[in-house]
Amino acid sequence: MSVAPIQPLSVLKPSDYASDQEVRWCPGCGDYSILAQIKKVLAKLGVDRSKTVFVSGIGCSSRFPYYMNTYGFHGIHGRAPTIATGLKLVRPELNIWIATGDGDGLSIGGNHLMHIIRRNVDVKILLFNNRIYGLTKGQYSPTSEHGKRTKSSPMGAPDYPIRPLSIAIGAEASFVARALDMDPKHLEYVLERAAKHVGTAFVEIYQNCNIFNDGAFSYATDKETRSDTTLQLEHGKPLIFGKDRDKGIRLNGMTPEVVSLKNVKQDDLLIHDEKAPDPTLAFLLSRMRYPEFPEPLGVFRAVEAQRYVDNVRQQHEEAVARRGQGDLQALITGSDTWTVS
Amino acid sequence: MNMPSPVEPPQRSSGNTRPLVKLTAATVRFAGDSGDGMQLAGTQFTDTSALVGNDISTLPDFPAEIRAPAGTLAGVSGYQIQFSSTDIFTPGDDVDALVAMNPAALRMNLSAVRKGGILIINEDAFGPNDLRKAGYETNPLEDNSLAGYRVVRVPIDKLNAAAVKESGLTVKQADRCKNFFALGVVYWLYGRPLEPTLKYIQEKFAKKSPAVAQANTLALKAGYNFAETTELFHEHYQVERAKLLPGTYRKITGNEAVVIGMVAAARLAGRELFYASYPITPASDILHGLAELKNFEVITFQAEDEIAAMGAAIGAAFGGALAATGTSGPGLALKSEAIGLAVMTELPVVIVDVQRGGPSTGLPTKTEQADLLQAMFGRNGECPVPIIAAASPADCFAATIEAFSVAVRYMTPVLLLTDGYVANSAEPWLIPDAGRLPRISVEYATKPNEDGRFMPYKRNADGARPWAVPGTPGLEHRIGGLEKQDVTGNVSYDPSNHEIMVNLRARKVAGIQPAGPPYLWTGPDKGDLLLVGWGGTFGAIKAATLELRKQGVDVAACHLRYLNPLPADLERLIKRFRRIIVPELNLGQLRLLLRARYLVDAIGMNKVRGQPFTVGEIVGGVRSVLEGGTARIEQEQVTEVEIHAGG
Repeated sequence: MSVAPIQPLSVLKPSDYASDQEVRWCPGCGDYSILAQIKKVLAKLGVDRSKTVFVSGIGCSSRFPYYMNTYGFHGIHGRAPTIATGLKLVRPELNIWIATGDGDGLSIGGNHLMHIIRRNVDVKILLFNNRIYGLTKGQYSPTSEHGKRTKSSPMGAPDYPIRPLSIAIGAEASFVARALDMDPKHLEYVLERAAKHVGTAFVEIYQNCNIFNDGAFSYATDKETRSDTTLQLEHGKPLIFGKDRDKGIRLNGMTPEVVSLKNVKQDDLLIHDEKAPDPTLAFLLSRMRYPEFPEPLGVFRAVEAQRYVDNVRQQHEEAVARRGQGDLQALITGSDTWTVS
Repeated sequence: MNMPSPVEPPQRSSGNTRPLVKLTAATVRFAGDSGDGMQLAGTQFTDTSALVGNDISTLPDFPAEIRAPAGTLAGVSGYQIQFSSTDIFTPGDDVDALVAMNPAALRMNLSAVRKGGILIINEDAFGPNDLRKAGYETNPLEDNSLAGYRVVRVPIDKLNAAAVKESGLTVKQADRCKNFFALGVVYWLYGRPLEPTLKYIQEKFAKKSPAVAQANTLALKAGYNFAETTELFHEHYQVERAKLLPGTYRKITGNEAVVIGMVAAARLAGRELFYASYPITPASDILHGLAELKNFEVITFQAEDEIAAMGAAIGAAFGGALAATGTSGPGLALKSEAIGLAVMTELPVVIVDVQRGGPSTGLPTKTEQADLLQAMFGRNGECPVPIIAAASPADCFAATIEAFSVAVRYMTPVLLLTDGYVANSAEPWLIPDAGRLPRISVEYATKPNEDGRFMPYKRNADGARPWAVPGTPGLEHRIGGLEKQDVTGNVSYDPSNHEIMVNLRARKVAGIQPAGPPYLWTGPDKGDLLLVGWGGTFGAIKAATLELRKQGVDVAACHLRYLNPLPADLERLIKRFRRIIVPELNLGQLRLLLRARYLVDAIGMNKVRGQPFTVGEIVGGVRSVLEGGTARIEQEQVTEVEIHAGG
């Protein structure tokens, strides 16, 4: 089984993917940028609208399907991965995307997220991380910083935040990436990579909620600071960052450290390998956090892995090969019968 | 004791001098430790009885623990079967012959044995320690407390060990064969052939372990020969084949019938079957059964939890498959929100609830009918779901097909209620002709339905919306849990639209035409007393009704298969009777619905002990009402204190 062919058809424009529904996110919301880049990527790849489904849960991000002129399913809180898994199992040819958020995907739906990833169901998961509950008007979320003051944590959140990419990598995700809503070009690149990945693709998108958590990622998006606070991952290249590209990441045992290229040679820096079969380095990158480290952006991991639906379908073919197409009458009759005359 | 040497398979009428007594029916119960293989012995006895042409009805009864401490009351596992030469509807009220592999088994089951009944007792398991674990202060084999029974003491451990010695098994392995020894004894007592079980032993064990196959064969034959050769029994019995409707039969349990029913429904609809489930007692066997049938275009999905199973079924239904999930009460509670989503998105999903004792974890392996109101009302908002309840193990087949047929015709989730008793109990099933089963018509939308546009909530005459499957060009649309605008399916918060939609959903379900008999009727259509039941109590209520009528009581029974909507003529029927009694294995859930709906003063007859009704209980309850009393069913003399008395 394979997914619908993705081939460039210049006839489709990004606007062809827009539904007739009025977009109702708050003006200035980071979601607009994500929506625009998705449409762009789908148009560029010539994705068939009728074979594309956006599935979501609950939250601001989960309104996404209504704005796409594809098939869409706005589910219930946290359960999008379950709906997507059932759909993919019976319709392997569909291109399925999940739009979720830090609350939907990592709090109420954390269990399902872990399982869809470990099974390697061939869907693309976009996790809009704004580090806040927006739709319910501003409670702290599983990715909010420790001590964050919100309506539900007036004295500061007592929780410690979860690292979405560490969770995904821990669940053996075959594709893991991070992008910013405010860097559309890079976002487009990451989404295109995700679209082309065969298997579960998990993309964390830093998304600004300008109403309830404005500036949560300004350290990573501001022109002034971003080259020092983020690090663009490139496969096969050393981890270098900084306005003057004069800093790098070196491994000291199993611990990453920031070094100055004035004292350290490039050859001694950690080289990014998104294809490494072992997820250890990707996991280590997922733990690098501002302000101690620059936060990596781009593709952390992209490996080939057998897809869940293929595993399931192969068993079916094997069963038919071994026992032949099932005979309903034989099943009803069973092996031991007796006759009353 | 001398051990008779194993001989060739005995013939049914082998030469022995003891009298052969013909019976119309008999009830046997095998009881032992949960590791003693009593379920297997019972199943084998059932299979053999079915194959010789008896009518059968069984009641497996096992603890929730896989291996409770050996020899304790908590670890006792039992399997009861009634077999007969006439129509029977229940596993039997009183046991004629009990096999007790240890003192705990004797203690837990003695009250079920009729006075004068046979107790086949493994006397090797009645040491001081065994007796203490079962809470016996003195040995019941010696203190004359079993005087009212025909006690047959058999040193099963020793005889079995000697019989299987030549197979070369270890002592521990050899001991595991003693269920077959006991089975052999009972086979002789009721004149059953050994061949079906010998065949089973070969098929099950010969390939994996020839020694185990040999040992089980030796044990079975030794038990049979021992009973035949020794003078333990002063008579033996014969139960002739039953005069059932002509045709070919098989034995079937409720869970098996659900499995076959699902596969049949998918074939009849010409669609793929998708079954998602999270393991839960007593529903897991449906998942196991379907997982074996991958060559039937059956996809099974073992989900990470109950909610995921329901969500995946909804996703598969969106994708055009015949989708189902199965669970028990606690799982149904977890699925509630997602069932609401299926109601809102109007997608066909069959949800099987194999009811068990509740609330909470409750009694996982025991039966109950206390999820009716959960099925009816257990969701937020006005959230109607059709409900069908299977009346017996074999009826699970038809009920399952009907559930799918209603689901796809009306584009709605459907709840199918069975219970632990129906799920595990076995009965004969007149094998249907697959070619003559009614087709299930499934039509996907293929083109826009209004001026070149697709309206996902434009309804047909049944009130059902079109099923437009992703992948269909031109029908791209979005659905979800938010309230829908009538016809367009767009999100709508308009108050008057909400009222319209709530009413449309309610009317759609209220107007459902049953896809099979909405009820099963016994007796005349008017009179003094009407028993109204539903689900797995069918057999006991029917048998009690026939018994009472034989005694001259003016009584009839109406057994509901469709609980939502209730049958259109039910009110008219109910009002032709002076008094209504509602026997249920709960505190009166159907009774509440009937009283609310029809303003009838229905009387409850209720039992919540994890066990099905006996015929005698219902007969007694009705008699009590006739005499001006209540229909209360008296508690038997086995108390919780005794159950915990063991080690």
